[in-house]
Amino acid sequence: MIAEAGLAALWLAAGLAALQLVLAVAALRAGTAAGRTMRAVAIIQGGLTLTAFVMLLVVFVRTDLSVALVVENSHSAKPFVYKLAGAWGNHEGSMLLWVTVLAVAGAFLAALSRRLGERTMIATLGSQAALALGFYAFLLIASNPFARLNPAPPEGQGLNPLLQDPGLAFHPPTLYFGYVGLSVAFSLAFGALLTNEVDARLARAMRPWVLAAWIFLTFGITAGSYWAYYELGWGGYWFWDPVENASLMPWLAATALLHSINVLAARGALKAWTMMLAVVGFSMSMVGTFLVRSGVLTSVHAFAIDPQRGTFLLGLLALYVGAAFALFAWRGASLKEGAPFELVSRETGLVINNLLLSVILGLVFVGTLYPLFVEAVTGEKLSVGAPYFNLVAGPLALILAVLVGVGPLLAWRRERRPVFRLLTVPALLGVGALVISIILWPGMTVLPRLGLTVAAYLAVASILPLVVRNPLRAPLATWGMVVAHFGIAVALAGMAANAAFTSETLAVARPGERLAVGPWLVQLEQVVPTAGPNWTALEGQLSASRGDPPVTLAPQSRYFRDPPMETNEAAIATFWNGQLYTVIGKPDGEGGWQLRLWWKPFVTLIWLGGGMIGLGGALALSGRLWRSRRRRIAAEWRKERYA
Amino acid sequence: MSRALRFVPLALLLVLIAGLVWRLATPADTTVGSKLAGKPVPAFRLPAALSGKPGLSSQDLATGKPRLVNIFASWCLPCIQEVKVLERLKARGVAIDGIAVRDRPEDVADFLARRGDPYERIGSDLQSQVQIALGSSGVPESFVVDGRGIIRYQHIGAVTERDVPTILARLEQAK
Repeated sequence: MIAEAGLAALWLAAGLAALQLVLAVAALRAGTAAGRTMRAVAIIQGGLTLTAFVMLLVVFVRTDLSVALVVENSHSAKPFVYKLAGAWGNHEGSMLLWVTVLAVAGAFLAALSRRLGERTMIATLGSQAALALGFYAFLLIASNPFARLNPAPPEGQGLNPLLQDPGLAFHPPTLYFGYVGLSVAFSLAFGALLTNEVDARLARAMRPWVLAAWIFLTFGITAGSYWAYYELGWGGYWFWDPVENASLMPWLAATALLHSINVLAARGALKAWTMMLAVVGFSMSMVGTFLVRSGVLTSVHAFAIDPQRGTFLLGLLALYVGAAFALFAWRGASLKEGAPFELVSRETGLVINNLLLSVILGLVFVGTLYPLFVEAVTGEKLSVGAPYFNLVAGPLALILAVLVGVGPLLAWRRERRPVFRLLTVPALLGVGALVISIILWPGMTVLPRLGLTVAAYLAVASILPLVVRNPLRAPLATWGMVVAHFGIAVALAGMAANAAFTSETLAVARPGERLAVGPWLVQLEQVVPTAGPNWTALEGQLSASRGDPPVTLAPQSRYFRDPPMETNEAAIATFWNGQLYTVIGKPDGEGGWQLRLWWKPFVTLIWLGGGMIGLGGALALSGRLWRSRRRRIAAEWRKERYA
Repeated sequence: MSRALRFVPLALLLVLIAGLVWRLATPADTTVGSKLAGKPVPAFRLPAALSGKPGLSSQDLATGKPRLVNIFASWCLPCIQEVKVLERLKARGVAIDGIAVRDRPEDVADFLARRGDPYERIGSDLQSQVQIALGSSGVPESFVVDGRGIIRYQHIGAVTERDVPTILARLEQAK
């Protein structure tokens, strides 16, 4: 019954989305005021979809084995959290989550947004309904998550053990909030282009949505990177594979949008560009979803490719992005640019920021899709690996990081003050770091060395916007910006240190033997069997010391029964100056065990920096929301008082 | 903004969509042309993966009759589906040998007992050395080897029902 209720809620929501779209078209053509009705419809539609998603969660928590999706992705012996996570750890469930976020975001937009003109609001809600309608159709026709299985089997097939991890359980929802949050920016841009109301007011209405989506993307990517680092057992934090790029591309677009939208909000300039970015942001989310879900780009070892689903998603992508781009081409002429600005100004800084981010986005996009096009043209199969991405994106990212220190110091419109003098101290620090690195580590490669240099410079340059004024009176949004920019310096330092100073040891050790890695001596004490709720494991007991009392680590080689699969659980010891990362592999059959050991100095800074970037966004968002709330209260108070 | 510039995004999108449509329309081609096709099987000698079945060496593959060499593992999920298809191939007279990668004897025995056993010989490749020498990068993969011990065809991924005609045709060609 629960599955049927969920399915019914989904059909009803799809009907309401169709109604919402029809209302919008009718209202825009006839010029009637359908705003109130449409808001109500959008809110109910969001509620119904949320209901359907909750029903799916219930079905998974109860391990209802008459539902095909549960059978394929769950198992009665699984811990509670992973039963819940199993609901979105598969194609159908994750698409339902996608639609849920889309519809709920539409409901929040309908309920909360008061800044927009009536017509733009109607057009925006119409656009959001059109987006939702396509994805409802996709779910109901090609990916029904509530499909029954008759007869019900006695037991489910389980969830991929790699996904049975608290970090990953909550990683996809976080990313989805980000991906789909960008749909609101897309709809706002589409609506405003349709009604010719691209102005500062639109930018202010769009900004919190972009910021919120960007925060989720930032945290999602950071968490995903840490998950890959400790769960996959390879010691790397970013692999540039298509799935990761699929999350990076919307983030890059959202980051550019986040900056250009400020120009539109403050100065009424960069209209066409900002609208383009708003469209591109969500388009990248859809491209990413298509690439991941259609199997077009996964490696030759992809096993589940469904051409019907791929075609469906591609159709939606072509329809939505095509419509938005066509509208953009049609309306572009009427976008009058706002106030002019001079060469040295905040605007110029933000334009350069946008150009660099867009070029990086373009390079990642081309690198991700390149194998596809080479195969189309020459029939040759190849893959584009990390060396390409590091080589093309690395230097650009460094240039961008240098400019991050400059841009926020510049004034709007034109800068006459000698602001570059402020940068003397950070610049000297950067040069100092460069000189020290050349003296101490002459063999370091170019990118890590420059990374350390720029990180040292940016760590100070990023806090200058607070130093040049009274920091206590600076708006929360400025604090947010400074925290986020400082986070870039921190993450950059972590990446550079990891690339330059990591030491690695791969060896076979017998119990009692010692291996050296970096400053550490690691002894394999013994290997013992152990068991968990749905796995058994061989656990290596290691003691590591570098002069202090030894630290014990217990990496495991786990064997899951349902489905049968082996995973390596790395054991990681974190210190203030780095992480000791240990993995136990196979026995050699003669009493020895494969051990992989890494000493990674300051690697934690990567995720600390990522977290700070997201936290900075959260500060900025709460500052903006708090301020607009205070303004509204003041306005209402005035109205009452003088009415 | 100039008229031409405004249409650039739309034009780029059309190119992209065309490329992706082409990719979806061409059936996913899992036959990465093996660098070793046409070359003899590299010399190897693998011990038995479990008691009661002989191990596998490169000489065992040059028997005058084409054979299918299947690289599998008891810990490999797609192999469970694949082994049923292999049993059907065996029923149609195909000689199949296995290479168990990074596996334990008791696990291999358990796998064969529960999922099916189409193999004449199974070699145990603990360190993936033979797998790598054969130019295979994942599990499962299968090779068609002709009667003189020359690799004729490499199939990447599980052999599914849909692949059966291809495999049979390649075996026929290798005669």
